[in-house]
Amino acid sequence: MTTEQRIGQVANYVDERTGAAAWMKKNLQKVFPDHWSFLLGEVALYSFVILLLSGTYLTFWFDPSAREVIYEGSYAPLEGVQMSAAYASTLHISFEVRGGLLMRQIHHWAALIFMASIVAHLMRVFFTGAFRKPREGNWIIGIGLLTLGIVEGFLGYSLPDDLLSGTGIRIAEAIIQAIPVVGSYLSYFAFGGAFPGEAFIPRIYIVHVLLLPGAFLALITAHLMMVWYQKHTQFPGPGRTEKNVVGYPLMPVYMAKAGGFFFIVFGVTAFISAVASINPIWLYGPYTPGQVTAGSQPDWYMGWLDGLVRMAPPLETYFFGYTISWNILIPGLIVPGILFTGMALYPFIESWITGDKREHHLLDRPRNAPNRTALGAMSITFMLVALINGGNDLIATNFDLSINQIMWGTRIGIIVLPPLAFIITKRLCLSLQRADRELVLHGRETGRLLRLPHGEFVEVHEPISPEKAYLLTSHEQAPALALPDVDGRGVKRSGALRNKLRSRMSVAHSEAVPKVSADDLKEIEHH
Amino acid sequence: MSNEIEAIKDPGLPAHIHRKADHDPVAAKRAERQVAILFGISSLGTVLLIASFFIPEDIFIFVPVMGSQNAHQLGLGLGMAISLFFIGMGAIHWAKTLMPDQEVIAYRHELRSEDVDRKEFVVAVKDGVEASGIGRRSVIKRSLGAALGLSALSPILLLRDLGPLPGNDLKETSWKAGTYLVTDPGDRRIRASDLEVGAVAQVLPESDDPEHRKLNDIAKDAVLLIRLRPEEFNLDAERLSWTHEGIIAFSKICSHMGCAVALYEQQTKHLLCPCHQSTFDVTRAAKVIFGPAARPLPQLNISVDGEGFLIARTPFSEPVGPSFWGRISS
Amino acid sequence: MKRLSRYRRHKAVGPALLIFALLGIGTTFSVASATTASEITTADRSALIEEGRQIFLKGCSSCHGINSEGGAIAPSLVGVGAASVDFQVGTGRMPMADMSTQAMRKAPLYTPEETAALAAYVASLAPGPEIPTEAQLNYERDGSLAEGGELFRTNCAMCHNFAGQGGALTQGKYAPTLMGVEPKHIYESMVTGPQSMPVFSDKTITPQEKLSIIKWIKAAEKEPNLGGASLGRVGPVTEGLLAWTLGLGLLIGVAVWLAMKAR
Repeated sequence: MTTEQRIGQVANYVDERTGAAAWMKKNLQKVFPDHWSFLLGEVALYSFVILLLSGTYLTFWFDPSAREVIYEGSYAPLEGVQMSAAYASTLHISFEVRGGLLMRQIHHWAALIFMASIVAHLMRVFFTGAFRKPREGNWIIGIGLLTLGIVEGFLGYSLPDDLLSGTGIRIAEAIIQAIPVVGSYLSYFAFGGAFPGEAFIPRIYIVHVLLLPGAFLALITAHLMMVWYQKHTQFPGPGRTEKNVVGYPLMPVYMAKAGGFFFIVFGVTAFISAVASINPIWLYGPYTPGQVTAGSQPDWYMGWLDGLVRMAPPLETYFFGYTISWNILIPGLIVPGILFTGMALYPFIESWITGDKREHHLLDRPRNAPNRTALGAMSITFMLVALINGGNDLIATNFDLSINQIMWGTRIGIIVLPPLAFIITKRLCLSLQRADRELVLHGRETGRLLRLPHGEFVEVHEPISPEKAYLLTSHEQAPALALPDVDGRGVKRSGALRNKLRSRMSVAHSEAVPKVSADDLKEIEHH
Repeated sequence: MSNEIEAIKDPGLPAHIHRKADHDPVAAKRAERQVAILFGISSLGTVLLIASFFIPEDIFIFVPVMGSQNAHQLGLGLGMAISLFFIGMGAIHWAKTLMPDQEVIAYRHELRSEDVDRKEFVVAVKDGVEASGIGRRSVIKRSLGAALGLSALSPILLLRDLGPLPGNDLKETSWKAGTYLVTDPGDRRIRASDLEVGAVAQVLPESDDPEHRKLNDIAKDAVLLIRLRPEEFNLDAERLSWTHEGIIAFSKICSHMGCAVALYEQQTKHLLCPCHQSTFDVTRAAKVIFGPAARPLPQLNISVDGEGFLIARTPFSEPVGPSFWGRISS
Repeated sequence: MKRLSRYRRHKAVGPALLIFALLGIGTTFSVASATTASEITTADRSALIEEGRQIFLKGCSSCHGINSEGGAIAPSLVGVGAASVDFQVGTGRMPMADMSTQAMRKAPLYTPEETAALAAYVASLAPGPEIPTEAQLNYERDGSLAEGGELFRTNCAMCHNFAGQGGALTQGKYAPTLMGVEPKHIYESMVTGPQSMPVFSDKTITPQEKLSIIKWIKAAEKEPNLGGASLGRVGPVTEGLLAWTLGLGLLIGVAVWLAMKAR
């Protein structure tokens, strides 16, 4: 029997029952463009699979219970210590289950890499403008996944019930409790009574292993189906247009590459887990509310939140005998709420500013969208300043600084640095555009000097290839929106203020160094 | 958009450059061998993993940079890493060198449906809505709205028993008038004379069953004792009367977010919370001098009994721990 | 006073004094033998104290005052006890190299003999905590590991971190790492409360409990890194850093290779 016959037999069996052959034929030829930055989302996807596998392994031994037990395992420094069953079973996984510690570390490292790759993927999508129509919906799903990831990660950090976990839960409880009017009620419902109680761990366990992974699966499926259906975006370049996708077919090249990359991600995660210890819970000891460790920090994806809470002003107001803790609400709920809402709405805001309602499948080079790039740099700066303050104690001890200095530095920095980052990035983008323009007009500097007959030295410039010239000039430079304050008959329009804001932003958004046109080049040749 | 200016022309996809392996059978053979070697390394990794599983767990080996490492753990991890990583390397190398590398072009179809379909769709929806009569029969619409809205209440109701109402729980601790201060851990009563100037002690209220203290209790009861020279205090008369011979007691639960505040700097008389770095001045009744906390730590009114053991003279005069809506309301 | 009288009757006091005396003589000898050999035979405590006083006048009095009464920049040493001197001088914190935020641990300037003489001198000014003897410091025998862990987490971890790696205090001060600190010095720091550190009284944390703490610290120091490189045992900050650099770095490296055309 030939290979074709054998495949035919299987295909026949399946197709007669599903009619999938036609669909499959088309989709096996599906084209995926190749670029390293397109793999960041894949890292996140594969990390999620690793999390499911390693997480399932851990559930075989983990006992999600706050029930008190006396430790009788093999780790001598905790012998006879009173602790929760959750903590004791995590110790059991670490010390008595062969490979258990490795799997715990894989689970935790995969979670950190999962979140890091989501953020890196988000930055790629943002800076290249991949969120534009028709992909706004997928952008929002992505923001949803990021948010769920933060929550899921925090719950995982909380489950082992070690000293660090408990401190984290304590802080989460304080945030819930600070919600006006219903805070203490919500907290008592969440914890089944006073903090810490015995209900919380089993409750967050089922959320961590069933509810949120289920939501993840649903959202990831939707996310991928949208990518599949709308086809992947591609970087601009010769032969690449809004109407086509240039790349490799799914079968066999992309299958081999993407499939292989799954093993790479798993392999790298296993490697880090083999060589670098993460969350050595046995050293932290079991949680009790009367204890705490210096350098109590959350995992990195919550670090910015912790940093914001640390730098918050000591503000609490009392009215009619009721307390509002601004020092918790602002950094803990209000600022993150504004940030994430703004992030989710950004595609709509940008399209409102530009008035652009067309489909976009070609990506922007970040320099060609200076305003957006600058806005991204501004947001990253904000997050970084907050994150730095989240580790201020460790920075203080390692770089001979004081936490008070760092705190004041970041308090000022979080207001001053983001706008500064905006301005610098925007100027940088425009300079890069200018450099592109120079390159297309005058070619590449060769470094060779030529002496002219009259003694002057000039550097020899080499013209760049037509492909390169096209790449540097293929982007669109839309003019700012023309939004007259008055309509055709001289009557003032309604919403003039809004229009003014919109046109102001549109002007800022369309600022650019004029790209080289074919006419410009002809003129140059003429000289 | 406004294309008065002529753009530089798209020269089209660059010509395909063939790889060595495409026309040189020797190079192709070499690539094939490389892929096989990569897969082979993966198998060796699995062998390492299997072998490491049986390494006793108490063997440690020295690895430069990393220090002393557990051979069992390191072998398992590296074996797994190698076995997985090199499957990936092999597959990708295979795809890159031996599978076709000519880029292909697929065409996008506009996502927008045909105008006819869009029109028909709108009509279909409109017809459906009309046929149901929901627009005309407003009684149905309203009553359905009310029913749906009301049904959403049931989960809220059903979740009611997630926990009790807080009641006065957040405002009470185990400290009563006359409760002895005992060491944590150790549960020994403390005499005022047991503490030198500059000393601290972590204390809890004396309990009938010290072996099984509830974490819920510790979360509200934990107290820090500090002894200063009485003249170092800068307190009003009432708060001064709450101290005993220079010994002052504060709730250890941070008034900001509930971490244990126990970083006491003996020279500056400052207390620091390690979670968010709120700093409290012990000499001024734990007044906040830095950081996000808005309130001083609650002070416990202490005294001694006839034998000189430290006791609480009254319960805490305010709720301990983080703020909440009804904290100061009665 | 009660404390002193208790210690005076301690069975270890005799041998301890003898050791001091001998050490003192040794020092005196090494210094004195160059000039005259007449003082070697005086094995008496006052000689040791006198020796200490001389060192004190030369090396310490400019800050702490001729009579140890303290000054604008340094505290009085009356009543701090021998343990305090042994800790401060024995760990190199005193004399301070510079008047920055806090005295650092560094190589001691004085020999153990000179330190003992200084300690004897300062102890002679007023009673204070004594240096624990070898016999008092048998933490392996007298300490309990698990109890030490609990005590450590309640009393020490908030400043020195869960694994004794140290941590930040206010205004640039810090709680130093406890790794590699001699058991004697750990003990002395608890009873004397050096610099920012408070005192942990023998009644609230008994001497036996202090040994348990030392036993736990020493076990943590020796504990191999069970899950790979320790990353400093400082919690999630270094872990996050590694996830971004090594983790995502390696993966992006492979991704770049993956997307590169083969030649």
